[in-house]
Amino acid sequence: MKILVAVKRVVDYNVKVRLKPDGSDVDIAGAKMGINPFDENAIEEALRLKERGHATEIVAVTLGTAACQDVLRHALAMGVDRAILVETDVLLQPLGIAKLLKVVVAREQPDLIILGKQAIDDDAGQTGQMLAALLGVGQGTFISAVAVVAPGILPLATLVHPCTAHEGEIHVTREVDGGTETLALRLPAVVTADLRLNEPRYVKLPNLMMAKKKPIQTYHAAEFGIDAPIDFGARLKQLNVANPPARKPGIKLDSVQDLVDKLRGEAKVIR
Amino acid sequence: MSVLILAEHDGHHLKQATYRAVTAAQHWQLPVHVLVTGHNITAIAQQAAAIQGVTQVMQADAVALAHPLAEDVADVIVRLSGQYQVIVAAHTAFGKNVLPRVAALRDVAMLSDVVEIKGSKTYVRPIYAGSIYATVESTDTLQVLTVRASSFALAVNGGAASPIVMVDTAAGTSRVRWISEVHNVSERPALASARVVVSGGRSLGSAEKFQAVLAPLAEKLGAALGATRAAVDAGFAPNDIQVGQTGTVVAPELYIAVGISGAVQHTAGMKDSKVIVAINHDADAPIFQVSDYYLVADLFEAVPALTKAI
Repeated sequence: MKILVAVKRVVDYNVKVRLKPDGSDVDIAGAKMGINPFDENAIEEALRLKERGHATEIVAVTLGTAACQDVLRHALAMGVDRAILVETDVLLQPLGIAKLLKVVVAREQPDLIILGKQAIDDDAGQTGQMLAALLGVGQGTFISAVAVVAPGILPLATLVHPCTAHEGEIHVTREVDGGTETLALRLPAVVTADLRLNEPRYVKLPNLMMAKKKPIQTYHAAEFGIDAPIDFGARLKQLNVANPPARKPGIKLDSVQDLVDKLRGEAKVIR
Repeated sequence: MSVLILAEHDGHHLKQATYRAVTAAQHWQLPVHVLVTGHNITAIAQQAAAIQGVTQVMQADAVALAHPLAEDVADVIVRLSGQYQVIVAAHTAFGKNVLPRVAALRDVAMLSDVVEIKGSKTYVRPIYAGSIYATVESTDTLQVLTVRASSFALAVNGGAASPIVMVDTAAGTSRVRWISEVHNVSERPALASARVVVSGGRSLGSAEKFQAVLAPLAEKLGAALGATRAAVDAGFAPNDIQVGQTGTVVAPELYIAVGISGAVQHTAGMKDSKVIVAINHDADAPIFQVSDYYLVADLFEAVPALTKAI
């Protein structure tokens, strides 16, 4: 099985993002950037599938400016076999990304495509589902377990409800409201990783050094549409950004009894 | 043109999130249709028909939809989509799974987790884990969005039942097979719609203490239990009670945060609660900045005392 993992370069999750003075956008100039945390789970799962003998090759892909090479280096240092950058200066949003990824899928012909369930910058959580739709394949979103099984053999115990597999399927357990759901997906398929899927390995410095020497295959997004132009531009226009409405400062209370009195008398939320 | 709401139910009842989506849908001042998908769902379709502000119910009732898969539900919506200007679902695991598929198949952008509808194509939605609100305008003719349920009021039942129309469905997808589902059984109210939520963080120390300290308080208040991502990752609580940007977003009447420091990831999921109480031994805990009332105290003493006092 060949796996394609799509990753995104985002502002590091520890950075407190500020607004530009005119409120037109966030100010991320000079902010520390890194790989989207959910995408690290996606890479980790691909690596584990390879280590268990289910995958033969793992290809990482990202889209954006040349600066996005650093997240591909990170993916290479984690252990993926190859990396692809689809270079463009165009502002990318989930639908456009899904359209460009569809072209990459057509070229690479992966059996399984893994993405993070959402990116921690725009928090859209759409790209995996959109890609699955455009490819006409099945999707397993917000997954916390994957099992690849030979036909007729019970899958791994990680699945909540093991069952017999059909040929060319994987089983995934999804995090849904109030519990979990297990699905069998016919390959090729798209899955999106929840944080609970695994704990990504640390990247060792020697691996990072070695990853710097590995080639990154670069395509230009504009070239993808030579035969049939692809409309991958932004459809959503950001008008402004603001801080969310603030709450008024809280009242420090001295005792549990004070708290009970306030909740009864002032807030009237308990009887 | 009309607005279509993708309803969500548990096989017996419409979920509260759907009633809130109905309120959001009133913004366009267009007829509001509710699509109910599933198998043997006439009773649920009737519940939808009774909601004030709903003008028609679309019932997609088929064996293949008994365990609705995103592929099949999206297919139903796409077939219907030509008669709609707006397609809305609540921003739940179900809505998030289905609507991006619909948007892609109709070649339109989608807006996730909308907290305010400002114009017919203008929305406010949180980004960067809720630390920033962006106002965004769509350029597409068809609007596809999920709304944050807690940001919109509950629609009420009222008046005459609106008509229920049966919808044609295709055979189910051959690419995905539903195998099983597991519901975490709880005596307590559902987290997303509870009037009171008692949440714990990593300071609880273990799964046993998490239950021993918080469950009696939740019991007494008729509250749902919640947890931070740190507490979930540490194995103190199941993932489906995670409150935060990557878990469930809640806005109860009363939210009690116990041993929670107040990372943005967590506060993004609870700061719209009406009254917030925080109990933490760290006097500088950021959670106090979003609290109405707070106690700087040892939670292992304060919480049992609070349980006793109410």
